[in-house]
Amino acid sequence: MLSIKNLKAAIDGKIILKGISLEVKVGEIHALMGPNGSGKSTLAAILAGREFVKVLEGTVTYNGKNLLEMTAEDRSREGIFLGFQYPIEIPGVSMVNFMKTAVNEHRKYKGLEPLSASDFLKLMREKKELVEIDSKLANRSVNEGFSGGEKKKNEIFQMAMLEPKLAILDETDSGLDIDALRIVANGVNRLKRPDTSIIVITHYQRLLDYIVPDVVHVLYDGRIVKTAGKELALKLEEKGYDWIKREE
Amino acid sequence: MSNNAGSSERYIKLYRENIEKVSRLSSPYINSFREPAISEFKKLGLPTKVNETYRYTNLDTFFNHDYRSYFMPEESDFVKAEAFRCDVTDLDAHGIVLLNGFYPTIRDKLRELPGGIWIGSLNEAAKKFGDKIEKHYGKYVNGNSDGLVHLNTAMASDGVFVYVPEGAVLKKPVQIVNLVDSGEDIFNQHRNLMIVEKNAEMTIIICDHTLSPQKFLTNAVTEIYVGENANFNIVRVQNEHNNAAKITHTFIHQEQNSTASSNNITLHGGLVRNSTHHFLGGEGAETRSYGLFLADKRQHVDNFVNVDHAFPHCTSNQLFKGVLDDMATGAFIGRIHVHQDAQGTMAYQQNNNILLTDDVKMDTKPQLEIYADDVKCSHGATVGQLDDNALFYLQSRGISKREARLMLMFGFAHEVIQNINVEALRERLDNLVMQRLRGELSRCASCMVKCM
Repeated sequence: MLSIKNLKAAIDGKIILKGISLEVKVGEIHALMGPNGSGKSTLAAILAGREFVKVLEGTVTYNGKNLLEMTAEDRSREGIFLGFQYPIEIPGVSMVNFMKTAVNEHRKYKGLEPLSASDFLKLMREKKELVEIDSKLANRSVNEGFSGGEKKKNEIFQMAMLEPKLAILDETDSGLDIDALRIVANGVNRLKRPDTSIIVITHYQRLLDYIVPDVVHVLYDGRIVKTAGKELALKLEEKGYDWIKREE
Repeated sequence: MSNNAGSSERYIKLYRENIEKVSRLSSPYINSFREPAISEFKKLGLPTKVNETYRYTNLDTFFNHDYRSYFMPEESDFVKAEAFRCDVTDLDAHGIVLLNGFYPTIRDKLRELPGGIWIGSLNEAAKKFGDKIEKHYGKYVNGNSDGLVHLNTAMASDGVFVYVPEGAVLKKPVQIVNLVDSGEDIFNQHRNLMIVEKNAEMTIIICDHTLSPQKFLTNAVTEIYVGENANFNIVRVQNEHNNAAKITHTFIHQEQNSTASSNNITLHGGLVRNSTHHFLGGEGAETRSYGLFLADKRQHVDNFVNVDHAFPHCTSNQLFKGVLDDMATGAFIGRIHVHQDAQGTMAYQQNNNILLTDDVKMDTKPQLEIYADDVKCSHGATVGQLDDNALFYLQSRGISKREARLMLMFGFAHEVIQNINVEALRERLDNLVMQRLRGELSRCASCMVKCM
């Protein structure tokens, strides 16, 4: 599904990614771990299409297409979803209007008619239940005045609405209490289908108790320094990142 | 300077030549203001950039021009206005049409609404409500240093009169449609007086439109009295063409514990200048002053707000926003004046602007004069581009860049629109703003027909 080869990238002339290679197959869940500043969020930003990250070398292929040549909106329409570490507040734009526009742009891309108002509201209702999001939030402006937990739930709600093939969840667990974490993780698990894949970026094992990865990678100083099964996350929880740094 | 003095002369001459005709239609009381006002105008002249409140607005191109000014409505105007009134009868509002500043209706020049409320022509009202007019007319513009206010007092021919007696509550808004329509370039001035007595409530919607493409200049003054514990809202929707100049002066005088709101929505217009004066003239009064403008091409929109906190424990809130495209220019001056006795004042001001090109220009200036100690005041202004992070957030959900930009601008504008207390109008304005942002909105005679 996703194939990253020798990816090197810089922000403002500073090299952040120093040659990343990663294969995500259909149906797999990958966890991307690593200390602060190792390049996890930069990788997520490249995959979602942020323009401030400059790709210097390497390729990213998604379902046979050159991902790096696609606009951010086309990546989304092709099934890539980024769950933001810091979701953006957009005053004056209602959640309903936001999601209606997004869903219909996806439909247009697939050659489908826009959803009728009633079908759309029905869809919203279903998906809201899935992530246990408060109905009132849907009538408010996008993320405006939402608590940290509400913002993260709102990310998963958007994921539910857009039904991505590849979801990249960037520290979706940060700032969540244990109940919110459970709700968010359950939401992700219920959305997971055999034909979809997930990349979970996290610092902590606790999210991986709920969303169980097939593969765990450790990113350090712009490189993947370790790849193993889910037991790697437990080892990191126990020992921290220092032993990996030392092995370097 | 010499140019401008020349322009002032032009209007003084206009006054001399036509004052007899103008006075014939008005009451002696209203006429008694004319001579002193023209002397005052002679002294002050037309505002120039030397005047602090007109620093960012150049009136020359519109005032140095030969307009036809007429002081009696014509037969054909009556027909036109009647036809338009028929169009708007579907609205859930009490409609009034002013054509070129006149109230050209043969019947119903003054109408009674439920609750003893009256709306109609100011000249007509002078016959029936002479005492009310003597109590309020010319009182709230008193002492103003803007030459144009005095020019209006000197020459305005007619306008709208609204009277809401003590305790009366008007559920439906009153909608005043100001039309400018002529085969020639015209200059027109009208004068509105609105009296909302103690414990009364009403909402006014004013819609400014041009129907023909000629060059127009309008200079309008509205005086509003809001009695003790009364509640008054005014929404102005401006949608004129690029060859029209609209200058409005609105004076809202509030008594104790009253609430008032003003909302100036400028969708289109060549040169627009709104000055809104809020006088908090009693304890516990609260006022809100909002505005939104969308300008492109070479349009210029200037909002001047003046809030006078003359009594203790009053609250005021200003929120003005602008979106500027192409080569448009804009200005905002927000003045808060807290008098020495006005302890416990809360006064807030916010001005935010989005610049869409490098060729636009926005001037924004807060002016706070605070003479009391126990005061909470804040002001802030921003001038910037659309937020890249927000733009990316929308795009990352599959929304095209173009659509994402529109959504952000719409959201920005909606923060002003959402304060309008008439739901149907709010929705209508949201639609109009969206159309305007998409570049689909031109003139909107049709807009009014479907307004509510």
